Amino acid sequence: MATTIDRREFLKLAGIGGAVFASGLPGCATTGAAQEDFYFVQLSDIHLGYDNPKVNPEAKSTLARAVAAVNSLEQKPDFVVFTGDLTQTTDEPKIRRQRLTEFRDIAAGLKVPKVYYFAGEHDAALDRGEAYQEIIGGPLYYTYDHKGVHFIVLDNISDPAPILGEKQIEWLKADLARQKTDAPIVVLTHRPLFPLYPQWDWATRDGMQAVDALMPYKNVTVFYGHIHHEHHHRTGHIEHHASRAIMFPLSPVGTAPAKTQLPWDAARPFNGLGFRTVEAGAGGAGPKMWEQPLVKA
Amino acid sequence: MRAYLMRLAAIAAIAGVAGYYAAALAAAAPPERIALTAAKFAFSSREIRLRKGRPVTFVLSSPDFAHGFSVPDFNLRKDVMPGKTVEVTFTPDRAGRFIFLCDNFCGEGHDQMAGVLVVTDD
Repeated sequence: MATTIDRREFLKLAGIGGAVFASGLPGCATTGAAQEDFYFVQLSDIHLGYDNPKVNPEAKSTLARAVAAVNSLEQKPDFVVFTGDLTQTTDEPKIRRQRLTEFRDIAAGLKVPKVYYFAGEHDAALDRGEAYQEIIGGPLYYTYDHKGVHFIVLDNISDPAPILGEKQIEWLKADLARQKTDAPIVVLTHRPLFPLYPQWDWATRDGMQAVDALMPYKNVTVFYGHIHHEHHHRTGHIEHHASRAIMFPLSPVGTAPAKTQLPWDAARPFNGLGFRTVEAGAGGAGPKMWEQPLVKA
Repeated sequence: MRAYLMRLAAIAAIAGVAGYYAAALAAAAPPERIALTAAKFAFSSREIRLRKGRPVTFVLSSPDFAHGFSVPDFNLRKDVMPGKTVEVTFTPDRAGRFIFLCDNFCGEGHDQMAGVLVVTDD
């Protein structure tokens, strides 16, 4: 059943235990009448099949914990979206299919009205999404609308090169041409569209072409994963928000000489892991988000 | 004192001219050729030492996958197709440590497939 949430009520329900990031966009005030506000959950970088006890000794149960954490949210989200890297990559097609199947079966335990999926490079780059589409199903890039918000899922992972490609960029432009310039738009993608740190493969080679295409639209927010820690960036008026990972955290740029999986902290199990709850709506306010720990202290 | 200062100025001028000609000679010299193999999941060298201002040609090859060779700090990249050799030439214009990496996702060890160019002033 669709639920319209009063914004103050939502803050009370969803903000508990999570750090809030409020949009600083002009015109994105946090007050005002809620108009079909809703909230969704972003889960990213699950890496089912990952095996390194020094980093996550609870790897086998981590996705189930995430499912339980979402199911225990006091206010049920309208939907959950997985933003890629559902499984840890493998060079063996048979194992890839086993992992995707196991992922699908555990994720089926989510008690939410709708779940959206898309792949990360770990799921899809080695076979251009063949196993992913066979088991999870659906296209690699697509759009959907929810309560007046237009969601665009972009694929910058199914080619071994981190690209969107000319065909998809033309598809994006054609889709945007059907939107009003003040339409609320949320872009979901795995890799950052902007060159966050290409030295660690944190970029999409032609991603700025997508950003340029989005630039005429006033209310655009991008949510992505891939970098395994919370990060916020702005290109012009467009905000880009990276989510924490479910399986293991990565060092932020500038904190390690090389991309580093952060070791397990026995004193603080699951530290740095988590997911995101996002409030959105067609009422003119930009999305607001809360970073939720995988396991509450 | 004045003679001393004049001597210092002369030495500095000579050093400057010498430095200029050394840099010009380095730039005019044929590029240093460095063979680099990209194979799952490492490059044949993890650290490559270069001189600032001295052109270098990387002779790239791969036996197993269409790896990428990328040095983002110098906006340099090439696809390295299996069974083919490809060359890329550039002149490092600043000293420091610069990451090179495979930027085509190539499999289980892709994240470790990187190295460092160490560019020195001398």
